[in-house]
Amino acid sequence: MSRYRITINKTLAVLLLVLLFSINNSAFAADGEALFKANCSNCHKPDADYTGPALKGWSSRVPSPDWVYKWVANPAQMIATDAYAKALFEQWKPTVMTAFSNLKKEEIDAILKYVDDYTPPAPATASASGAAGGASDDSMLYGILTLVLALVALILLQVNSNLRKLSDEKEGIYRSEPVPFYRNKTYLMAGILVLFIVGGYFTITGAIGLGRMKNYQPVQPIYYSHKIHAGINQISCLYCHGSAQDSKHAGIPSVNVCMNCHMAIKEYKGDPIVREDGSAVNGTEEIQKLYQYAGWNPDTKQYNADNNSDGIPDGAKPISWVKIHNLPDHVYFNHSQHIKVGKQQCQTCHGNIQEMPEVFQFAELSMGWCVNCHRESKVDFYNKETKEGNKFYSIYEKFHEDIKNHKLDSVTVEKIGGTECQKCHY
Amino acid sequence: MSNKKYWQNFGELNQTATFKQSADNEFNESLLPIEEISSEGLLDGKTPRRDFLKYLGFSTAAAALAASCEMPVRRAVPYLQRPDNVIPGVSNYYASTYVNGGDAISVVVKQRDGRPIKIEGNELSSITKGGTSAQAQASVLDLYDTTRLRHPLQKVGNDYKEVSTFEAFDSMIAGEMSSIGAKSVVLLTSTINSPSTLQIINNFLAKYPGSRHVQYDTVSYSGMITANEACYGKKALPSYQFDKAKTIVSLGADFLGTWLSPVEFSRQYASNRKVSGDAPKLSRHFHFESMLSLTGSNADDRFTHKPSETGAIALALLAKLGGAVTAPSIADAKVKAGIDKAAAELMKTKGASLVVCGSNDMNIQVVVNTINEIIGANGTTINWAVTNNTRKGTDTEMSTLVADINSGSVGALLVYDCNPVYSFSEGNKLGAAISKVPVSISFNGTLDETSEQCKYVIPSHHWLESWGDAEPKTGHFSFMQPLINPLFKTRAFQTSLMKWTGSQTVNIPTVDSTGKVLGVTPSKVSSADYENYVKDFWSGKADFEKALQDGVIEVETAPAAATFNAAALTAALGKAAAAKSGATEVVLYQKVSMGTGSQANNPWLQELPDPISKVTWDNYAMVSPELAKSLVGLDIMNNQRQADSYEVTPEKPVIKVTVNGKSLELPVLILPGLNDNTIAVALGYGRESADQANSLERVGRSATGAGKNAYPMVGFDGSSFIYSAAATVEKTNNTYPLAQTQVHGSSESRPVIFETNLSSYTKNPEALLEEPRNERMGIMAEGKTDFVKDGTIYPDYEKPGIKWGMSIDLNTCTGCSACVVACTAENNVSVVGKIQVQKAHEMHWLRIDRYFTGDIKNPDVVFQPMLCQHCDNAPCENVCPVAATNHSSEGLNQMTYNRCIGTRYCANNCPFKVRRFNWLDFTGADSFKDNQQPLRGTELNEVVFQMNDDLTRMVLNPDVTVRSRGVIEKCSFCVQRLQDTKLEAKKNQDPTMVRNVKTACMQACPTNAINFGNVNDKESEVSKARADKNRNFYVLEQLHVLPNVSYLAKIRNTDRHVGIAEEAHEEAHS
Repeated sequence: MSRYRITINKTLAVLLLVLLFSINNSAFAADGEALFKANCSNCHKPDADYTGPALKGWSSRVPSPDWVYKWVANPAQMIATDAYAKALFEQWKPTVMTAFSNLKKEEIDAILKYVDDYTPPAPATASASGAAGGASDDSMLYGILTLVLALVALILLQVNSNLRKLSDEKEGIYRSEPVPFYRNKTYLMAGILVLFIVGGYFTITGAIGLGRMKNYQPVQPIYYSHKIHAGINQISCLYCHGSAQDSKHAGIPSVNVCMNCHMAIKEYKGDPIVREDGSAVNGTEEIQKLYQYAGWNPDTKQYNADNNSDGIPDGAKPISWVKIHNLPDHVYFNHSQHIKVGKQQCQTCHGNIQEMPEVFQFAELSMGWCVNCHRESKVDFYNKETKEGNKFYSIYEKFHEDIKNHKLDSVTVEKIGGTECQKCHY
Repeated sequence: MSNKKYWQNFGELNQTATFKQSADNEFNESLLPIEEISSEGLLDGKTPRRDFLKYLGFSTAAAALAASCEMPVRRAVPYLQRPDNVIPGVSNYYASTYVNGGDAISVVVKQRDGRPIKIEGNELSSITKGGTSAQAQASVLDLYDTTRLRHPLQKVGNDYKEVSTFEAFDSMIAGEMSSIGAKSVVLLTSTINSPSTLQIINNFLAKYPGSRHVQYDTVSYSGMITANEACYGKKALPSYQFDKAKTIVSLGADFLGTWLSPVEFSRQYASNRKVSGDAPKLSRHFHFESMLSLTGSNADDRFTHKPSETGAIALALLAKLGGAVTAPSIADAKVKAGIDKAAAELMKTKGASLVVCGSNDMNIQVVVNTINEIIGANGTTINWAVTNNTRKGTDTEMSTLVADINSGSVGALLVYDCNPVYSFSEGNKLGAAISKVPVSISFNGTLDETSEQCKYVIPSHHWLESWGDAEPKTGHFSFMQPLINPLFKTRAFQTSLMKWTGSQTVNIPTVDSTGKVLGVTPSKVSSADYENYVKDFWSGKADFEKALQDGVIEVETAPAAATFNAAALTAALGKAAAAKSGATEVVLYQKVSMGTGSQANNPWLQELPDPISKVTWDNYAMVSPELAKSLVGLDIMNNQRQADSYEVTPEKPVIKVTVNGKSLELPVLILPGLNDNTIAVALGYGRESADQANSLERVGRSATGAGKNAYPMVGFDGSSFIYSAAATVEKTNNTYPLAQTQVHGSSESRPVIFETNLSSYTKNPEALLEEPRNERMGIMAEGKTDFVKDGTIYPDYEKPGIKWGMSIDLNTCTGCSACVVACTAENNVSVVGKIQVQKAHEMHWLRIDRYFTGDIKNPDVVFQPMLCQHCDNAPCENVCPVAATNHSSEGLNQMTYNRCIGTRYCANNCPFKVRRFNWLDFTGADSFKDNQQPLRGTELNEVVFQMNDDLTRMVLNPDVTVRSRGVIEKCSFCVQRLQDTKLEAKKNQDPTMVRNVKTACMQACPTNAINFGNVNDKESEVSKARADKNRNFYVLEQLHVLPNVSYLAKIRNTDRHVGIAEEAHEEAHS
């Protein structure tokens, strides 16, 4: 028995070791992937040229294995001193790679390993059958049921009155001719009341809804899918809408921001894009439209010449997008306030934008909707003991006092005046 | 209450029945203004029931139509390539320089999404220290002026045709210039103090032998310049140091309003008027003048005299100070006593005294120079080491030029930044002569009176579109950089000169770090345009980029005196008092708002009420009540019926004033404090195209029809232009309406001003505010002490974080009105036009109330900026039926336009009368295009349509709602700035950033009279100002409205008794 035990132990030990190594390996590989996505993927793809060259097969191209570390640490210096680096620059100019001097050798190794091991995932077959039209609305059913029941009640009432009339006649009691229901004052009155209430309800909701455009989803000059950009490709919202953290406007990226990536990405190779009406979208054609606007020639990989010397490539023109989120002119809204100070996610107001093929207005954008959030949201209130939170709020002496005395457990936006008129209207 | 003392007009002074009635009936309009429009047709004016139903039906239908269920499709168009420094929605600030006719004020311009929208002072400039003037504030609107020329023009017959390219224009000019032969070339400009421009001009003149450069100041300082040449051998103006002067005597120099460099002088003057501690030191200011000027109204002691007596007064003062002259007799005992007192004070503070004189008579200025020599001003309060370069024109040069033009000896006349056809006394003749000059070229931006007479017009950029530099004072350079690409096909005046100078090398001077030109390097060929030239010019200065960023380079120089030549006096003596006197004399002056009239088409300036007369949109004959009695038979002081008929209606009697054979018909405006023999008439009005039919397009929709041109009354004494003269006056039977704002709104005789004199204050500082203190005590129940909590039955609401508050120092507010224009620009305040101002519909959120007090013939004047007081216990808030106005937890009285339904209950209930109602659609916020057209001419002046032009609307601040018709608006404490500052403070996690915040009015103020900030923070400037318990008061405090604007009481440095406390004291003794 003991003989076997040793063998078993050895086998187990070997297995464990192998397992350990493999885990370790996968940990390294995963590390490489994460590092690649965090640092490189904005400009490089493992297997295809992008803003920068495809990285796979790097080892066969670089002059020496050490070259790559030097290059990552300081590309500008390498371009000045190294012949291969210079050639690389000539090929890809004017873009120069950003220096990543903070990447350690091991990390670079991990990235390169990930790149070399990379195999493109098999294209997903069949679309994810759009979340089966479930969650059926029962109100329709109830409505029909109510109507049917009301009709039955009406008929029964009529039958009842007819029967009574017959029985009365039988018993010889003479009654005046019954008033038909459409001239019956009770019925008429009830009808008018119902009409008034229903009509009033619809008028008021309609009037309130004037100018509100929830679910507004206009057709845009270019079929731009946030799902593909922000969802599948994980591009940060702020890469394109950078002014959201500085300005009241989130801003729509200028065409040159699109071209940062689309100089390299000429065609769409992802899953087929299908509009809500079922028609297919040709992603590559949409990218071609972008080239038209940018004045870019994808074949020569150059912008058109500026022959009319107006400072922009000939034929280029800004894209006239249709604005989706429209606030009335008398409302002041500041994106940077909500993102930088309020630390809100874009999705809070814009919905799951990374899952929207074409953007629609997710929220109602009504005053009640704004105010409600201001009532519920807590500010990053300063804690005098722990020194945590936004130091600006240290001047709210009264609230600090109240928190200390346990009269207050948190400070909402409303508490600091977030529901007052002149926070948004001036 | 003892407050009969402060009065705004004669009706209030005499408490006439009509005055009371009009004060009671604040809104004398019927509810529906629509009735007035259609009063002809609709059943006798009264609105019958059926009409009401019609209106109701119409407005429902209109509202439904306007609100139409279809939402408009809006577009969002991003940049093709976003410039690095532009983030949409974030303003950038660039330093530049406001230049206008020699004036140069360093400014910082706010640029939003590529459009300049607001001017602020540049705090790095030691001249202005961040102060601005009304004109500088308003000049951003000039950029979007609809009369600006869109391209170069060539005159063909009486019409103009566009010159398609600058090259074509240049070749035409080259052809013309080669054909003028031996005749001279003259460049006629306003004062140029830009070093690089002067260099270009010199290069240009060198190309044309016999050519010359004439600098022409619209309002001349030639008398001073020639006097300085005689006395000091310097043909220049020195720097005045009002901050070093303990005694200031001004002989008609309006140095806080319009004289030489008012922003600089205001700042200096105010530094000696700030009261601190219980024994404050204040400068003492004596003022001798003929009219009532802004500076005069700030003086401690003021004396009036006929304009022709200025020389005699200067001589008398000199004699009193021990000068070797025989004093002429001064008839007026008060003036005589004033001279004695002034002389004594001047000698007492010898070495820290200053005498300035506004006369353009060289001889009088020589006398003044001699006085300054005696009182030790030369080298102390007058600094000759640094000259003031904002005015350089010599009148004889101009008169010689005019003679030359008339005689036909001028071959080419190039006019830049001046408008002599309008502003020269013989302008019409000059215009005709200019049209006969072989080559005449105008660089002016509009087709003004002078450009109209020129054959070629090549408009130069607006200053906000220009590169450039300026040297307003020696060694003080201020730079210009463009804030926007030129809106139209215009070219810098300097570039044109460079092109026409031809292919010769352009001299690039070497400049040392102080900006001094060391030498000229002719070898370097500059780029052919001024944009690059100015960079080359300053290339000797290593950190030009830093200089551009700062906007200024300044060189410190020790103050120095100039050698005085006493002999000059002998020649001047006989002539100094030689001015011809008359029974009635006219004095010509500039208004603080309009100045010389170069910005006459600026609606903000036209609608800015003159701080003294409170009249907008016009000039007029300003006379004293005495003179009015003899001229037009109106006894306003003793005959109440006449007083009311004069004061309650805007129609004023018209007189015909004749000076030197030139007549002008002007409405009479009666104001106390003028000399009884003097008529004061403002310059700068009455702009008119020679082709009257085109006046609206050429001169502008605001300038056309505003006032009369008084420049023809300017005389010439052989050496300089003279701005006063004997006049004959005739009464006419006409009347003319004046739009005056002061008569709107009344404080119902409640005390709103507190002041005293320095000695009483020093003796017993607590007595100044005794009256409000007693009132406060009277309101509270026995034994209670906290007025805020115990003076009311309303609960006290806490302001947990920030509580905004403003403090205004009445002692340093000079009434200059820069804040009013700043407020207008910042907050999209509408311009309503003259017709609407007459109906008390002006929209200014901030007004400067002017109060008279004391001697009716020579009253003291107090200015009080009045804006929404943001009362914590606001009377307006609890009468609003829809809660459109309510209070914020930061102490702001909030106004929500989209909720307001226009009942005006709040305006009615406001004790300060600061709420303004939008009677019409003044800013084009209406849903229906051209909705205002039917009102054109009858209800709305042309200016409203000018303001609604797409070009003009570019000036609107995108952070502030453009208000529509039918809502109330008022001062918001610049809430957009407060919100923005709070946001920045939160982003930076720094609560000290909200300690002191700059509102638009505060930022514009040249004297720092306004402080604003967080009152809850004891370190804030406003808290510190309020700590002065002896002077800090709230207007109408006894109403327990708890205003968030506090005032610091005024203290005059005089021996006379002033103010309420004094009166109470006197009454107790009598």
